Amino acid sequence: MSYGAVHDDEHHDHKPTGIGRWLFSTNHKDIGTMYLVFALTMFFIGGAMAMVIRLELFQPGMQYVDPQFFNSMTTVHALVMIFGAVMPAGVGLANWMIPMMVGAPDMAMPRMNNMSFWILPFAFTLLLSTFFMQGGAPAGGWTMYPPLVLQLGDGLPFLIFAVHFLGLSSIMGAINIIATVFNMRAPGMTFMRLPLFVWTWIITAFLLIAAMPVLAGGVTMLLTDRFFGTAFFDAAGGGDPVMFQHVFWFFGHPEVYILVLPSFGIISQIIPTFSRKPLFGYASMVYATASIAFLSFFVWAHHMFTVGMPLAGELFFMYATMAIAVPTGVKVFNWTATMWKGSMTFETPMLFSIGVLFMFTLGGFTGLMMGITPVDFQYHDTYFIVAHFHYVLVPGIVFGIVAGVYYWLPKWTGVMYDETLGKWHFWTSTISVNVLFFPMHFLGLAGMPRRIPDYNTQFTDWNQIVSVGGIAFGLSQLILVWVVIKCARGQGEKATDQVWEGAHGLEFTLPSPPPFHSFTTPPEVTEATAHS
Amino acid sequence: MSDSHGAYFIPEPSRWPIVGTLALFLSFIGGGMMLNGSGFGTFLLGLGIGAVIYMFCGWFSDVIGESLAGSYNKQVDVSFRWGMSWFIFSEVMFFAAFFGALYYIRVLSVPWLGGEGAGFATHMFLWPDFEAVWPLMMTPDMSLAGVESKFMEIKDVIPAFDVPLVNTILLLSSGVTITLAHHALKKDHRAPLCWWLAATVLLGFVFVYFQIGEYAHAYHELDLTMKSGVYGSTFFMLTGFHGFHVTMGATMILVILVRSMKGHFSAKDHFAFEGVAWYWHFVDVVWLGLYVFVYWI
Ligand code: HEM
Ligand SMILES: [Cu+2]
Repeated sequence: MSYGAVHDDEHHDHKPTGIGRWLFSTNHKDIGTMYLVFALTMFFIGGAMAMVIRLELFQPGMQYVDPQFFNSMTTVHALVMIFGAVMPAGVGLANWMIPMMVGAPDMAMPRMNNMSFWILPFAFTLLLSTFFMQGGAPAGGWTMYPPLVLQLGDGLPFLIFAVHFLGLSSIMGAINIIATVFNMRAPGMTFMRLPLFVWTWIITAFLLIAAMPVLAGGVTMLLTDRFFGTAFFDAAGGGDPVMFQHVFWFFGHPEVYILVLPSFGIISQIIPTFSRKPLFGYASMVYATASIAFLSFFVWAHHMFTVGMPLAGELFFMYATMAIAVPTGVKVFNWTATMWKGSMTFETPMLFSIGVLFMFTLGGFTGLMMGITPVDFQYHDTYFIVAHFHYVLVPGIVFGIVAGVYYWLPKWTGVMYDETLGKWHFWTSTISVNVLFFPMHFLGLAGMPRRIPDYNTQFTDWNQIVSVGGIAFGLSQLILVWVVIKCARGQGEKATDQVWEGAHGLEFTLPSPPPFHSFTTPPEVTEATAHS
Repeated sequence: MSDSHGAYFIPEPSRWPIVGTLALFLSFIGGGMMLNGSGFGTFLLGLGIGAVIYMFCGWFSDVIGESLAGSYNKQVDVSFRWGMSWFIFSEVMFFAAFFGALYYIRVLSVPWLGGEGAGFATHMFLWPDFEAVWPLMMTPDMSLAGVESKFMEIKDVIPAFDVPLVNTILLLSSGVTITLAHHALKKDHRAPLCWWLAATVLLGFVFVYFQIGEYAHAYHELDLTMKSGVYGSTFFMLTGFHGFHVTMGATMILVILVRSMKGHFSAKDHFAFEGVAWYWHFVDVVWLGLYVFVYWI
């Protein structure tokens, strides 16, 4: 098949210039780039906060920061990483790749796409400005539980408005993705021919649209409780503080899948490429993803086992949580089976994907442990849970995003990244991430509580190892910046259109770098050219 | 103004999204400062809301211009349909949070405070005189004799078969009138189109007028306010957000009316009309939920 006619209109692509190109952009690639650069920046801002945390915890006793500021660090670190780094990175990749993967010229609603992005830096300005306010930055945990969060000073309305603003951005982004996939697919690109990255993103988009408004409602009630005298979360007025936890986690658990599904999608693209085999069990992957998303709305109270729930609730949420492991297991099985007897090579994207496969699964297992109600009574609010969610979030999600960046960077920039640096990045990250998070399991099992600036001296050894791992992990990420800068400046071998020997899919039929508007006439997709 | 790329429509770079972002940013800063007690914040909030309105006018006139210029093909129309439907779904979920809160409070937390189930200790040690009834006229706080409660006692609640019933009839009829307007448009009968739309706008604003009257009555005669404990909280949160949506919806229909009078839309091609009509029906359905769960049972 030839797409020749598609890209010879590059001359008529009057790319806007100057700052206006970015401020007023209606181009999915420019907007995708902005998302990714923003996410990387926030990754380092959130990372700096993590370094403060690890420095303070290097020794027992109080060293550098006061407890209030320490609590602000854990709280804002989480908000920045979740809403500023991981989610925008996922949307950035979606922006870049989905129009190309479905054979469209751009997103369905390019102007709205622009707004979805530009909200982010302003929303984070609102959030981070609270550091300079009376009462300081939010310090009650990213989960914003009342009544603690309501004791925040002048920062409270800004925290809440930042959440509203971010929610707006996410909802607009999600609507755009749904409209693009449902309405902009090239002829022949049937649903069951969509690349899995596209599939995981549509499902993520539905999760976003269903979950974000609930969070918006929850924080709105916080706002009125504090400023307008309502009593939603005040038992003295007939409300219940625990109700906030229900509202929050009704959003919160789907949110963890909002974070992870794009990463699942990415490694579902990469593993077949470097195994030189089609994805094993394509249809079951789609159904498994959809069932994970569906079930994710019925497990929220596994975050609340110790808060006091009727026994029936404890049991229901335990079994529902266990049930999620089934579709997740299907996915892990399929990725493994894809590699089985493949002629594999281990370029950096593949290494990171295998990292995801192993280490996400490890985090999933600890999730299962905590999903068992009586067992969670011991683990809850200890470092064990910190280990759990960092395993799923860092080597499970951040690694997936990084894998995607390495995989598509040559497509975006037209030059191959530096493979030696990539391998260094992988091995330093993988070793340090385990030094960083694995001992947290031991600390948690031994009883070290989370969210504290000081600890019993018996925990010192492991904490020191953890801190060393943390700093090593932080430094390792500088290699990624170096790799990206080299590619962006065009230093490297010229990439071919297909980039990888085993790569399939519409994005690899376009030149590297692709034209400004991906497909200006729809390509024809057949069973043979479809991804898997 | 627009640029056609082969078979596709792609809008040119636009300044409206960033204007909208800045406008919202300004409103949030203003709102935050206002809540923290700064008068200047109120001024900024006003400025921000003005800027948001300016953005809407500018953005939508671009879109209307493109639509009139015939730049939109079938595909753009369908994208708008997907967009509007899922936007409405996100609104449904927003209301679901408050309905969920109402449910939780009525079915679970108030009975617990009254001593049911695992709540017996709370009841016995903290608020032994609290009685779990709905509507909650007396909060746990008030039930403690001798405690100056921070909540206000309610004299009475709004009866369902009074103004709320009238409002239900108003909104349901407005659902009918907008459908009649739609039928007129599909037959290209312009005069009835405009009249039915005008009737819908009128019904919408009369609803809002009555709602404001009801709030004044609640505040001044019944002492039912946002500060009346959790009954007042749920009552004002649900009806307040709904009233705001009615106001937005009626304003949107007003814009559609003006456009219809200018001769926009054709019998076959009128997505803006339909999108607004969907929105209106959504607002209607939310009201039915409110009427049943907030006023009636
Ligand atoms: C097999 C899948 C999973 C299961 C069974 C599971 C289970 C759990 C449970 C039971 C908790 C509560 C622990 C406690 O508070 O004591 C928890 C916490 C958490 N999980 Fe998972 N999880 C799974 C996957 C994930 C994934 C994929 C993510 C993120 C992408 C994630 C992120 C989190 C987070 C952030 C928390 C901590 C919430 C807090 O701040 O309290 N989990 N998980
Ligand atoms: Cu969860």
